[in-house]
Amino acid sequence: MAEGALAGFAPGPLGPRPKRPFAPKTIMLYGVLVVAALYYLMPLYVMVATSLKGMPEIRLGNIFAPPLEITFAPWVKAWDSACTGLYCEGLKVGFWNSVKILVPGVIISIAIASVSGYALSYWRFRGSEVFFTILLFGAFIPYQVLIYPIVILLRELGMFGSLPGITLVHTIFGMPILTLLFRNYFASIPVELFKAARVDGAAFWGIFLKIMVPMSLPIFVVATIIQVTGIWNDFLFGVIYAGTKNFPMTVQLNNIVNSTQGVKEYNVNMAATILTGLVPLVVYFVSGKLFVRGMAAGAVKG
Amino acid sequence: MESNIADKAVPAAPGGPPPDWLGRQWWGLRRNLVAKIATLPMVFTALVVFLGGTLWSIFYSFTKSKSLPVEKFVGFAQYERLFNTKRWIVSLENIAIFGICSLVFSLVIGFLLAALLDQKIRFENTFRTIFLYPFALSFIITGLVWQWILNPEFGIQQVVRSFGFEEFVFNPLRDPEIVIYGVLIAGLWQGSGLVMVLMLAGLRGIEEDIWKAARVDGIPAWKTYLIIVIPMMRPVFVTTLVLIAAGIVKVFDLVVAQTAGGPGIASEVPAKYVYDYLFARGNLGQGLAASTVMLLSVLVVLIPWMYLEFGSRRQQKHG
Repeated sequence: MAEGALAGFAPGPLGPRPKRPFAPKTIMLYGVLVVAALYYLMPLYVMVATSLKGMPEIRLGNIFAPPLEITFAPWVKAWDSACTGLYCEGLKVGFWNSVKILVPGVIISIAIASVSGYALSYWRFRGSEVFFTILLFGAFIPYQVLIYPIVILLRELGMFGSLPGITLVHTIFGMPILTLLFRNYFASIPVELFKAARVDGAAFWGIFLKIMVPMSLPIFVVATIIQVTGIWNDFLFGVIYAGTKNFPMTVQLNNIVNSTQGVKEYNVNMAATILTGLVPLVVYFVSGKLFVRGMAAGAVKG
Repeated sequence: MESNIADKAVPAAPGGPPPDWLGRQWWGLRRNLVAKIATLPMVFTALVVFLGGTLWSIFYSFTKSKSLPVEKFVGFAQYERLFNTKRWIVSLENIAIFGICSLVFSLVIGFLLAALLDQKIRFENTFRTIFLYPFALSFIITGLVWQWILNPEFGIQQVVRSFGFEEFVFNPLRDPEIVIYGVLIAGLWQGSGLVMVLMLAGLRGIEEDIWKAARVDGIPAWKTYLIIVIPMMRPVFVTTLVLIAAGIVKVFDLVVAQTAGGPGIASEVPAKYVYDYLFARGNLGQGLAASTVMLLSVLVVLIPWMYLEFGSRRQQKHG
């Protein structure tokens, strides 16, 4: 039997050929990947290297050279006393503004979107799918179409140029993708659980809080990742709706780097740039695969 | 796979008439009242903000509103003026160049990187992490760091010159002719990792048997990709395409940070045109007309895609 099976094949070993570790093909493959990786890492390296140099060294050397004398003074200045054109209090103002925008923005948008997604998958009513389709269409409307009507809306509500205003804006624009995310996730939970809970007399909120939320923690993490990076990286909404004294970090960063007054301090600019990118980078490196999942979900479904 | 989950939600009652908790009957209204109240924010967002806001913008694009909206209609005058404005034409040209190049290059780069990562290599996670991290950073950061790298006095140009190539010129950000390509380099660095991830997911969705069959038939790997794998990944490509296209229309922060639209108006984009007319110049009618044109261009991409999506869904159900 075994012999018969073997006879059908050309003489030689069975199974795939063992890979030689240093075959030219392998070297090529890794070579291309390493070069690509170096290219993607280069801007990060340049940012860090520049931020650790003094200005004389920057003027003399090239941007790829590692710092000869490491100095943290640019970091301190970027955080504490860099000028944004209006005042010189550094990025810390923007950082705390961003935190003040981020925390309520993330919590409220996820709370509302998760309830909406839950209602859409288990408590559908006449028209609910129509509203949902319009909502999804909204994800593709260029922001530029909506920014002015929202200015008027916020003015009417007395929230223009305030923290509640910008929170509402982030909730609105996070709604399509988050609702879709939650709706699809809840729909994947066996409907029998829902029915059993109904038989036991649980109602809308009871089922949501006691069954759906505890079973969906991963998707809440994914949603949090999407919102934290999204809100932290936002520039357009911050500059329009937050009001001058609540400008988020991205806006402050742009004002510091692109302000036309004074001598350009490239090391301070780069330190400020890294500081602004720190939060999303930490989220990215800590969350790993969940980030990928969130971005893919956000992207594929957006 | 994802779409299975989505489809599962649609047929809420597998077999038999829908149970009453679905609220198909009107007397179910009261029992579903909590759910309806709970979805009010969503309904508000969909109807008032998205639908209402869009209609509002289109409506006032036909008026001569300056810094405040007024109902004085001027027909298509704002649109005429728009297409007679050099800055808008430059913006359109830029977004066309940027858009086509980012589509082509990010698909090519993303697919190549994904195909390389799909060769059962070691350190796959490390490579993927490196290719995707720029996507976690904002456009402002992307724009600022590439502004620095492309800086003529200190950046790449100066580094190459210091190697002895004194005449070397690579100064995209100060050259009106090629400035948009400087923005493109930054955009590709930021966004191609996401395309890579999507493509990798698509490649992983191709069954191993197909590869085996191709190998048995003696088809070389590159040919297998070209004639079997890529056609099989058509849905992934279409989705990615729509995503990139939707992202391109939104390009704003990148340009603001990297070039501020300069030198002159050489790197202006439509989104920035709208922003400037709405907020800096106080010319609502003009800004809203420009935003309506942006919306139309999105719909031109979106509607055929929706047809494709629904078409394939229907096929799935029959098959």
